[in-house]
Amino acid sequence: MSNASLDAIAAKSDQPFPGAPNNWRRFFSFSTDHKVIGIQYMVTAFVFFLIGGLLAMVMRGELITPEADLVDRTVYNALFTMHGTIMLFMWTFPMLNGLSNYLVPLMIGARDMAFPRLNAAAFWLVPVFGTLLMASFFVPGGPSQSGWWAYPPVSLQNPTGNLINGQVLWLLAVALSGVSSIMGAVNFVTTIFRMRAPGMGWFRMPAFCWTVLSAQMIQLFGLPSLTAGAVMLLLDLTAGTSFFDPAKGGDPVLYQHFFWFYSHPAVYVIILPIFGTFSEVFPVYARKPLFGYRFVVVSSVIITVLSAMVWVHHMFASGTPSWMRMLFMFSTMLISVPTGVKVFAWVATVWGGKLRLDTPMLFALGGLVCFLFAGITGVMLGAVPFDIHVNNTYFVVGHFHYVIYGATVMGIYAAIYHWFPKMTGHMYYEGLGKLHFALTFIGVNLNFFPMHPLGLMGMPRRVSSYDPEFAYWNVIASLGGFLLGVSTLPFILNIVSSWVLGKRAPANPWNAIGLEWLIPSPPPVENFEEIPIVVSGPYGYGSNESLVSNNPAGELISEHS
Amino acid sequence: MTTPTTPKKPRSLSFRTVAQLVALAIADAAVSLWVGRQAYLWMPPQASAEAVLVDDLFGFLTTIGSFIFLGVTTALLYSVLFQRADKYDISDGPPVEGNLLVEILWTTIPLGLVIWIATYSYQIYDQMAILGPMEHMNHVPQLGLMPSAEAATLPAVPERTPIEVHVRQWAWEFHYPDQNIVSTELHLPVNERARLKLISEDVLHGFYVPAFRVKQDVIPGSTIDFGFMPIREGRYRLRDSDYSGTYFAANQGVVVVESEESYQQWLADAAAQPLTEADNRAFREFTKLGDRPISAGWKTVEPAPPPRVNFASSEEDSYE
Repeated sequence: MSNASLDAIAAKSDQPFPGAPNNWRRFFSFSTDHKVIGIQYMVTAFVFFLIGGLLAMVMRGELITPEADLVDRTVYNALFTMHGTIMLFMWTFPMLNGLSNYLVPLMIGARDMAFPRLNAAAFWLVPVFGTLLMASFFVPGGPSQSGWWAYPPVSLQNPTGNLINGQVLWLLAVALSGVSSIMGAVNFVTTIFRMRAPGMGWFRMPAFCWTVLSAQMIQLFGLPSLTAGAVMLLLDLTAGTSFFDPAKGGDPVLYQHFFWFYSHPAVYVIILPIFGTFSEVFPVYARKPLFGYRFVVVSSVIITVLSAMVWVHHMFASGTPSWMRMLFMFSTMLISVPTGVKVFAWVATVWGGKLRLDTPMLFALGGLVCFLFAGITGVMLGAVPFDIHVNNTYFVVGHFHYVIYGATVMGIYAAIYHWFPKMTGHMYYEGLGKLHFALTFIGVNLNFFPMHPLGLMGMPRRVSSYDPEFAYWNVIASLGGFLLGVSTLPFILNIVSSWVLGKRAPANPWNAIGLEWLIPSPPPVENFEEIPIVVSGPYGYGSNESLVSNNPAGELISEHS
Repeated sequence: MTTPTTPKKPRSLSFRTVAQLVALAIADAAVSLWVGRQAYLWMPPQASAEAVLVDDLFGFLTTIGSFIFLGVTTALLYSVLFQRADKYDISDGPPVEGNLLVEILWTTIPLGLVIWIATYSYQIYDQMAILGPMEHMNHVPQLGLMPSAEAATLPAVPERTPIEVHVRQWAWEFHYPDQNIVSTELHLPVNERARLKLISEDVLHGFYVPAFRVKQDVIPGSTIDFGFMPIREGRYRLRDSDYSGTYFAANQGVVVVESEESYQQWLADAAAQPLTEADNRAFREFTKLGDRPISAGWKTVEPAPPPRVNFASSEEDSYE
């Protein structure tokens, strides 16, 4: 492949559509290209990740001493409420939507998403509800202080008496987030069902696409419940209804059912695409097929089904009847079986391979270890008698952050590094990537492991001050939190500098198998000159099979092969 | 593209390999059993019969969890250390796509484990019988606290009138109806099943004594029966476990477990005391604004006035 022909293809690929800006400005304009939208999602989400992270660091600053002596209690309550809300609704969901947006059409051999304009509209709602959420810092009374669960009656208390207050803005933002996510889910499900390339049967589809499909199915059945709960709470708060207000005969526990019916499965919406990322990354850097591919993809579907039957485990101490406690204990534990299948499959994929410890592989391995730990503590939390002790303590916070930061954020980093050359056409700096991994892995464990002993000792979550016996582990957790803040610096430096100055990336820098690696980096508009005809499964490492029978990138692949 | 390698016929496991695997599994089990025993040390003192049961369950879960965690991470670590590609080796590993027997095994073994863990957890739960009727009930005419039919291991509930636990933003108050006592400290006789009526006057709160390993949300509009059995004399921390607004962290109290004689003496002493205003941290902080913390000046829900009680202790009093 000559440099001249590479350059010619790259030049052509930079043009999103006739008349569109042919440079960085295209990422700030309305575009229907799924790749542009994907990057728009990811960059927006990362900005909010930094904001949410800064809030967390102030919280850890407060918790480094037992007394409430850094910020006053109202500010602390607003900090943890907004931290949780931002990290879930403004960071993980948009980030994973962005990643999926970028990758799914490429991986299934489609030219775009099924509904490109709907796709763009779903994205542009993100800055809208993000701005709405952030505006609550500037209304009298400040942002919502009722935690990201917004349990009534606390969330119905409105000391300012104003109609426009932080809680109202919070509810509007969450409802809009639900609308955006449903728009995205309809698009993903339709795209995967209807736009797979010829020859790509269900069991030739990459595991990542299976996990996206499974996650988006959860969005479709779960989000209406959250949105309904948010709207009813909004009516209670503003229109004097009494769905959840016990002072007027409402039932606050009903809200918990609405909320958790979606918000526990939401964890699987977040983690499933990360499972998909692991399933894509391990084969490439271990140079082996994904072990037990069919078991792995079917387990995603089983997780989707089981995820609808676990929500009550958040309510074991809420006056839940015994029969329900036992039923949900069993269903909660049952979900560890399909997730266990995946974990064992990844270990078997890595085992006996020819490992390359590049940055994506390091993040995937680190994320897997954290997920394993979180999975074990998750089964513990499913056991009702133990859960009653640690429910609403830091044990749960630690478990949750091992899932969300340890596995999910590390999985997101693995994905960004792995597909960065494809997305930008440039290689990242490996040294900075490894430094980023080391700081992140140490930071995660320093920050979140101490939360487990704290929870066992009985430290409740959401406290701005605590008894002195909790000080030791809190100091370690806070140092870990600050380290995690520092860990983002080499990442930002790496991404920005290599995007501008990095070495040009070839079409397939990792020697990986997959439709996205058959086209130039970055991919041209509409991805494929010719829609690929898929003739084999997605992980043919070590076997001598072609993935496609034709040439989706036209000239480039003709020369390459 | 990938460099093909010649597929090799899978080898059956040699005796030496099997022996090594068995030895590793035994070592893993030994370490896990040790970690499981340590788990008891990570918990607060066992001050209730329920705590003993919960700690046994936690030790069991920690043992199994450690076995799995150590086994998997050891396999990963071994791969990372010893199965790396050479610097210039761009060839692929063996094209092993699956093994039906292995896949069935690692699906059925975790399924069996889950059933085992769930069954054991159920047995523990059954023995605890901590809550009497589980449903939260509106307008309970009289406390129907009954020992669970299955609760064979714990003694029957005595005929004492239950202690009313009132909680609000942000104070705990304990009413002893027979003696007409109000206290900010919960006193209980040792080795006797405690009977409580939990009542919230405003928002959700959570009754949580870590040393007892019991917790129950207190739901406004409902009166909730609650029971457990203290078995160790001492002073223990009561915490609000359900986020209840601005001064949530300050909503703490002390539970005193003592001998029957001391308990009766305390009841008699407290009954002789007039009602006085108790110390209340939330109210104190609310009325003493503008210290060091960074404040945005946001308006908050005003704390209820400090409770008037026969017996009060400072919220900073000692506890185990």
